[in-house]
Amino acid sequence: MIAFLVRRLLQSLMVMLSVALIAFSLFTYVGDPVHGMVGEDTSVDERQQLRESLGLTDPFPVQFANFVGRVVQGEFGFSYRNYRPVEELIAQRLPATLELSITAALLALLAAIPMGVYTGLHRDSMLSRFFQTVSLVGISVPTFVTGILLILVFSVMLNWLPSFGRGEVVDIGWWSTGLLTTSGIKALILPSITLGLFQMTLIMRLIRSEMLEVLRTDYIKFARARGLTNRAVNFGHALKNTLVPVITITGLQLGSLIAFAIITETVFQWPGMGLLFIQAVMFADIPVMAAYLVLIAFFFVMINLIVDLLYYVVDPRLRVDRSVAGSAGG
Amino acid sequence: MRKLVYGLAAAAALIVAAAQPADAKVLKWSYTGDVNSMDPYALRESFTQSFLLNIYEGLVRYNDKLEQEPTLATGWEILDPTTWRFTLRKGVKFHNGNDFNADDVIFSYRRGADENSPFRGNLHAVKDVVKVDDFTVDVKLNSPYPLLLNDLTAWYMMDKEWAEANGAAAPVDPSKGQDGHASANANGTGPFMLKSRQPDTKTVLVNNPNWWDTPKHNLTEVIFTPISSSATRVAALLSGELDMMRPVPLQDIERVKRTPGLSVLQQPAMRVVFLAMDMESDELKESNVKGKNPLKDIRVRKALYQAINIDAIHKSVMLGRSRPTGVLLAEETKGYDPAVDSRLPFDPEAAKKLLAEAGYPDGFEVGFDCPNDRYVNDERICQAIVPMWARVGVKANLLAQTKGRHFKKMLQPGNSSIFMFGWASLPVMDVSSLFTSVISTRSGKLGGWNPGGYSNKRVDELISLVGQEYDKEKRQAYISEALSLHKADIPHIPLHQQTLAWGVRDGVNVIQAGDEYLRLWYVTIDD
Repeated sequence: MIAFLVRRLLQSLMVMLSVALIAFSLFTYVGDPVHGMVGEDTSVDERQQLRESLGLTDPFPVQFANFVGRVVQGEFGFSYRNYRPVEELIAQRLPATLELSITAALLALLAAIPMGVYTGLHRDSMLSRFFQTVSLVGISVPTFVTGILLILVFSVMLNWLPSFGRGEVVDIGWWSTGLLTTSGIKALILPSITLGLFQMTLIMRLIRSEMLEVLRTDYIKFARARGLTNRAVNFGHALKNTLVPVITITGLQLGSLIAFAIITETVFQWPGMGLLFIQAVMFADIPVMAAYLVLIAFFFVMINLIVDLLYYVVDPRLRVDRSVAGSAGG
Repeated sequence: MRKLVYGLAAAAALIVAAAQPADAKVLKWSYTGDVNSMDPYALRESFTQSFLLNIYEGLVRYNDKLEQEPTLATGWEILDPTTWRFTLRKGVKFHNGNDFNADDVIFSYRRGADENSPFRGNLHAVKDVVKVDDFTVDVKLNSPYPLLLNDLTAWYMMDKEWAEANGAAAPVDPSKGQDGHASANANGTGPFMLKSRQPDTKTVLVNNPNWWDTPKHNLTEVIFTPISSSATRVAALLSGELDMMRPVPLQDIERVKRTPGLSVLQQPAMRVVFLAMDMESDELKESNVKGKNPLKDIRVRKALYQAINIDAIHKSVMLGRSRPTGVLLAEETKGYDPAVDSRLPFDPEAAKKLLAEAGYPDGFEVGFDCPNDRYVNDERICQAIVPMWARVGVKANLLAQTKGRHFKKMLQPGNSSIFMFGWASLPVMDVSSLFTSVISTRSGKLGGWNPGGYSNKRVDELISLVGQEYDKEKRQAYISEALSLHKADIPHIPLHQQTLAWGVRDGVNVIQAGDEYLRLWYVTIDD
């Protein structure tokens, strides 16, 4: 088990290094950050001097080595846009993104489970067809369109919810939360629906197909033969057995929710890491882009690792195999 | 004892009254990007500068009509062509209560003009600033320089004691980053004080009750929120969450105007958008003509100019919201001369003839670079020009990309053959900025934005005369001559002046200035 963990951690390190390497090789194509840092009438010499002092004129391998060297010492450099330490910028933005992504994931789960169960049990009812249609929309409409439509209806027409921002936030240590104020919670509703819609659709369809599968199995027939109530059969036996893949997928999707919150954050001016990244791209703010990409890679690696570990917890068969293999090897 | 209690109660009531005035006037407004730093010498990015002008002040400022007026200096005189003496305003206090005096000016010079400071370009003409007494300073110049006051409008005064007490006295050094106090806090002398700031989220200003000038505004608080997505910004204005926002995208102007309670302020901006051509390289990098450079031939440049139907661009691409120009200058910029502001006529037949005379009867292929996120509808303008040129036989291969990449490519001489950019002559608001950066022959500090390699000896002479002449009439004569010579050489194809569009709620009175500065001290909100 420990050997497995160590191996996985080493692999994670390799993944993050590769991400950094690929990211750095792409940075030659993002443009010239110096353009945004100086006034239009700045002379060519001054621009060149600034480029040199930022290390932008070094060859690519040197820039990459410098970056890795600094990161090992826990320094991510300074943003070209406002000269502040990158780790500080990211720490400021992390809470907003995590609150948005986790709320979106929870909303998606809470809506998707009953919808999935219902459509699995009543395949041909009107309501099922309605859910199916809605889920098609959720899969096919791009996030920015959903976001703008929600803003149009709930902010512009009905005036119920804010169209941008995070509302009032409360600082708890370094963590700023919008969950403790009314305006913060109101501001969270539209972005989390926008971000969670695709996940909801995905989970609903997953549960539906799993339910259809499970309902055909023998043990469901036996359960019914034993005279158990519908409720006990549907939820106690059928749903329970569909949840293993659902948990896996939800866990993995959390990573993509964090990484792909970029579009939602841009539409709603949500002050999270995705917005920071977009701003960095527009400014060619290389230190911020590099740190963001490495951090997202780290999230993916960690979530994958946790999901792998969860298999052992959730699925007893794997534990048996593992202990047999372990004793055989030992 | 009872008196004390009453006194305390009265004081508390006053504090409450001050905190929650019955007639709170709050302005909520938005722009595409954030103020990058609160430090006035961190960057010379025009939006940041414009925002900070409401907190910090310089020796001179522009008023609502864009005329210079004394601010922290009450007057000045030219002792000799390279020494200007400024008398400072007495009784001015920084937001923290410190007095403003000559030491602050000297400190601000040292911090802003330091060798590593990204701001130093703004003070390029200044050799030194010397204290004469507590309220008099001499500004020593490298050479006679008529635009000193223009430059000084962008140089804001910092408080020496405050900066030193907070460890922010050292100049900004972009390569070492800046974690300093001054990047997140502000202590100026201006009409508004910084109350709170969350970068990229919200910046709140409050009225400065101790401002030295008589306020023309009636604002108690200003809340600024950057919103990068245009659609969201428009929606926030429509839903009443904002009192003002800019810019309104061209396609949404009618929508905002139609909404009851909202209007759109429009006027020409100082920025002129144009095309430049590589007339220096012996062979164009991106062309099928080998061994020679067709753009060196003035007939080819003229043909490209005359093939462009600027009225079509004005109507279809800019939806009527542009002012086609014949020079690279806006009417509002000092030095503008209406006599030279006329375009060569749109004439595809003449263009074809010119190309044939130049030896390209079947036209040629050439690279064409444009930004896609810098100017209003930049990419679409270029897309409209491509078929216009195709009509006379020139096949332009358009590459439209993000500004960072576009400028990186085009600023390297010889890299781009034909390329778009714009010039606003800001913050000096004088033609000299265009002259020294765009038109002057490339050498040393001059011609940084002349990658096309335009060079005319007489124009260069005139430019250096313009840079040193104090006499207004003589100076304008030099300017007009240089402008007409430049125009006759056709190194650039002027397109148009952009239009500003600000969406404003009725009852909010905003002064829209051509330099795109929002001067909050002129803003009023009706009861």
